Amino acid sequence: MKQSNLYIFVYASVMVVVVAAVLALASTSLRPAQQKNIDTEKRLDILKSVGAAAEVASAPSKDVYVSDEYKKVIVDQYAVNVKGEKVDGVDVFRLDLKVELSKPADQRALPVYVANLSDGSTKYILPIRGRGLWGPIWGYISLNDDFNTIYGATFAHKGETPGLGAEISTPKFQNQFKGKTIFKDGKFVSVSVIKPGSAPLTSHSVDAISGGTITSKGLEEMLLDCLSGYQAFFTNQKN
Amino acid sequence: MSKNTEKEPLFSAKNLRLLTDPLNEKNPVTVLVLGICSALAVTVQLKPAVVMALSVIVVTAFANLIVSMMRNGIPGRIRIIVQLVVVAALVILVDEILKAYVYDVSKQLSVFVGLIITNCIIMGRIEAFALGNKPFPSFLDGIGNGLGYGLILVIVAFFRELFGSGTIWGYRVIPESFYMANGGFYENNGLMILPPMALILVGVIIWVQRSRNRNLIESN
Repeated sequence: MKQSNLYIFVYASVMVVVVAAVLALASTSLRPAQQKNIDTEKRLDILKSVGAAAEVASAPSKDVYVSDEYKKVIVDQYAVNVKGEKVDGVDVFRLDLKVELSKPADQRALPVYVANLSDGSTKYILPIRGRGLWGPIWGYISLNDDFNTIYGATFAHKGETPGLGAEISTPKFQNQFKGKTIFKDGKFVSVSVIKPGSAPLTSHSVDAISGGTITSKGLEEMLLDCLSGYQAFFTNQKN
Repeated sequence: MSKNTEKEPLFSAKNLRLLTDPLNEKNPVTVLVLGICSALAVTVQLKPAVVMALSVIVVTAFANLIVSMMRNGIPGRIRIIVQLVVVAALVILVDEILKAYVYDVSKQLSVFVGLIITNCIIMGRIEAFALGNKPFPSFLDGIGNGLGYGLILVIVAFFRELFGSGTIWGYRVIPESFYMANGGFYENNGLMILPPMALILVGVIIWVQRSRNRNLIESN
């Protein structure tokens, strides 16, 4: 069965147009539901970095529970620039860290989430983003109001190796960061991720994941890169 | 007269065989050894495996149905591309729906939903069956092959999750107190988590199946 070239062209064109229309329709109509899921996930990550929203697994509706907790715990959110000044007119929650980090340092607007915990203490949550072995890794670091001590950390990844690099998203790895400090004698040093046993752990280092070296190094770089953008903000807040 | 012979009941014995054959004797994974790549990737836990299986069933069934309906119009020279477009469109739809309604699972499946497009079973069934058969048998053939694929996926995922994480469907089966970390004697098998174990398990399933069904053994 051999058709003319004209038939093939018309057939292909019509097919492409029909398929494009169907997909466009589906994409537009499902967008709100998808965005809601992404937002819930992000709120949950932010809350987890300060140890809030612990009962999410048993909550009847994840969306409702997370957004209620978020309203309760997160009391303020704003963006700061490299000088530590607040930037006006940005939607902090919708700020795309990937885009911001690709800008030159002096044009970035970096989000800060302020959390008020049930014991009355105030924590500052900073988003971070970097590269692992197979794809992006990201997370949230929460600091005490001395802007030095890490209160909690959550990390997530797109596709690190299960059992190796993917261990960064386990509580076992994340709990290591609690109580670590990012300043040494007033100088910003971040937290380094070192090979277990290679050097005694200090308050500025945690154990890397055996077999997940590139992910661990990526995580260290991510902490250094992202947190260094907040240095001026830390100094301003301390004074 | 000729019209009468064309009419057969919807679920005749012949049509039902289209559904049941791929579960055992014509299983796409263990007999035709197609679709292995995704069988390795999504079987660490039971839940993503089941969702993946459902997604593949939907895609094979509707891809077969649609291609079969178009089979007399598809220009022979661009037929593979036309089939790919149909499959790709269906996969994107499935992906969007997963993202909207079961976000957690879609996050776990991540790239593998997109890779359904390249799942050899789908193109294989379209080429081998849908292009030469009527829509309804093609639809059944798609469901049957999706089920056959899903069956293997679920079996593999069951064992990998049980021995790799000590859970089934996310629920703990092996008590925490058994673990070495808590002073017990048991440790999860780390190899179960890694992709090679899926291949070994598929191999074991093929072995068991062949020893029970002598027809499958090639004579040489």
